[in-house]
Amino acid sequence: MPSLRTRAGVVAAKIASASSRGLGRGGGTAVGGLAGLRVAPSMASELARSLGHGCVLITGTNGKTTTSHLLAAIARAAGWGVVANASGSNLMRGLTGSLAAAAGIDGALVNGGSSLGIFEVDEAVIPQATQELRPRAIVFLDLFRDQLDRYGEVEAVAALWRRALDRATDNPTLILNADDPAVASLGEGDRRQAVYFGINDQELNRGRTEHAADAITCTCGTDYDYGLAYFGHLGHWRCPNCGRARPVTQVTARDVDLADGRRLAFSIGAPEKGTRLTMGLGGLYNVYNALGAIAAALALGIPEDAVVRGITGAGAAFGRQEAFQVDGRRVEVFLGKNPAGLNQVLATLALDPTRKTALFALNDGIADGRDVSWIWDADYEVLSRQFEHVIVTGIRAEEMALRLKYAEWPEETLVVEPDMTAALDRALNLTPDGGCLSVVPTYTAMLLLREMLARKAGTKEYWHS
Amino acid sequence: MSEDRLLRLGHLYPRQMNIYGDRGNITCLGRRCRLRDIRLEVTDLGPGQSFAADEFDLLFMGGAQDHEQRLVAEDLAGTKGESLRAAVESGAVFLAVCGGYQLAGYFYRGADGEELRGAGALDLHTIHPGDRAPRLIGNLVATWEGGELAGFENHGGRTYLGPASVPLARVIKGFGNDGASGFEGARRLNAFGTYLHGPLLPKNAVFTDHLIALALGRKYGDANLQPLEDDLETRAHAAAVRAAGAR
Repeated sequence: MPSLRTRAGVVAAKIASASSRGLGRGGGTAVGGLAGLRVAPSMASELARSLGHGCVLITGTNGKTTTSHLLAAIARAAGWGVVANASGSNLMRGLTGSLAAAAGIDGALVNGGSSLGIFEVDEAVIPQATQELRPRAIVFLDLFRDQLDRYGEVEAVAALWRRALDRATDNPTLILNADDPAVASLGEGDRRQAVYFGINDQELNRGRTEHAADAITCTCGTDYDYGLAYFGHLGHWRCPNCGRARPVTQVTARDVDLADGRRLAFSIGAPEKGTRLTMGLGGLYNVYNALGAIAAALALGIPEDAVVRGITGAGAAFGRQEAFQVDGRRVEVFLGKNPAGLNQVLATLALDPTRKTALFALNDGIADGRDVSWIWDADYEVLSRQFEHVIVTGIRAEEMALRLKYAEWPEETLVVEPDMTAALDRALNLTPDGGCLSVVPTYTAMLLLREMLARKAGTKEYWHS
Repeated sequence: MSEDRLLRLGHLYPRQMNIYGDRGNITCLGRRCRLRDIRLEVTDLGPGQSFAADEFDLLFMGGAQDHEQRLVAEDLAGTKGESLRAAVESGAVFLAVCGGYQLAGYFYRGADGEELRGAGALDLHTIHPGDRAPRLIGNLVATWEGGELAGFENHGGRTYLGPASVPLARVIKGFGNDGASGFEGARRLNAFGTYLHGPLLPKNAVFTDHLIALALGRKYGDANLQPLEDDLETRAHAAAVRAAGAR
């Protein structure tokens, strides 16, 4: 039976989020969470305790939303209920709001006893979320340079995570990307229980790490050697000085087929008797997201057949490779919010040379990162000859266009249109009938464009689905 | 038929000091030189790699995280620091951004009191007042001799200039060197230090061409640069100034 205070918190949250929606101010989950926490500061903790299957936290610079989405699909395939912050609000207020939304007026989670909590958590909130929600497992996907003006340093985040794990008394299982040196190091130490995932595929070797690589130096000060370098600083790393190296993986992807960038196939399990998985998402980065979800699912005891069904049947997550049909054109949205992630998006777009029209949107809100310097760390040069028409929009449209000019994208293909509505219309007009428009926005631009596209395509708003 | 002019650029610590898109400064220099038939030859100068004081016409050092700055300071204490000082004194063009700006000076005292010795190529020192003090972050606009600079600053350290340095620019919007003096950056001879990311050069084409002209003038005696079609550069500059709320 939830405490009186928690019950009051849940009611407060429901009222706040309903009125936020009523006022047309958006989904209101975070607003609800904030209101609830004011009344009952420990309501998230209490509600999470009643989740029959416990909860999993998912964090990292890139991939949180997609990995949560995939894990949710797997859990549902296993017949479990799911409580998740699907709207992507990944601070404590968002997590709290999602729990409140899943509770009845009596303050108890509806079907809580048969549900799993799946929460994507902002990198800086891991300490608090770990302490309050006491997860069974935490998935650490990667650590890249992201919003520099928010965190200041990549290393500070890794240190923050280490301290949070030191303080986690119930020793959650760590689901770790072995191919990321900073993330893999979280499993070091006797107390930690770690499950490592990674990719084992010679064909994907780039030969050397790209410019957007971080964590390229070992803690002992020596540069890592890479036997296989996939992208960013991910790969089979080894320190030639102190011997630290990529740990052996328990969940491994082999024989990856990237096809045209809209789907994936890879084998998982032992080389001879493994399973071949296919997914409706594209790009090498999504193999890692899938592995994170699979490893977490297996660690939670979800049977393999549910894992296969969940991964194979999962569609796209909110704003991540979502596709819309508008006026006979296919519009695909690829979120690009930091150099490493964007490089992967660009590489995925390059897999299909028939992509001829693109819309790039650069905003500089808090959620996008106020410092837009990062676009100069992404390798736009790789697509300089791809597109015939490039519409550039957003609050910092001119600077985005400037970056493309210096990346040798022909100036005559660039159209600067700061007004996003006009830009989308222009981009659609410049996309041939039956063709595909590739949209690459930063976070807040994605929210606006997605809403416009959903309206044009006649799709429901996310919080009704 | 005119012969290709050649400018050699030494990129100091490209792997350690590259955190805020600063490599875009090199991309910008490269393209603006190429369009004028000037070859820009870039050489990476990592830890352990020395160079002669007269080897490069331009030198560049970008920003870094604390961990990397320590590594760089150790390396600068060797022959690289000497070469950098001598290069600056002989008039080589030098651009140092953020962490590079700090380490180009005499010393950097961190939040914990630990002091890192710099190259001493610019007369200045930097002190981080501790983690309780706010970081100086945001869009910045400042006026320099040749016009206006627009960029983004993000630093905890406060930089103080000595008598042998003059400020690079006067702050219109933003914090600048120490959040109080009203000045941004530093210069001495053909060496320029700044806190401006953005990166600095793409959005400040006039300043970029100034650097190229200085290098050309020193090497070939002729600083003439044909103007380029800079419509996008101008618009991007204006957008950055607007972002700072300075217009």
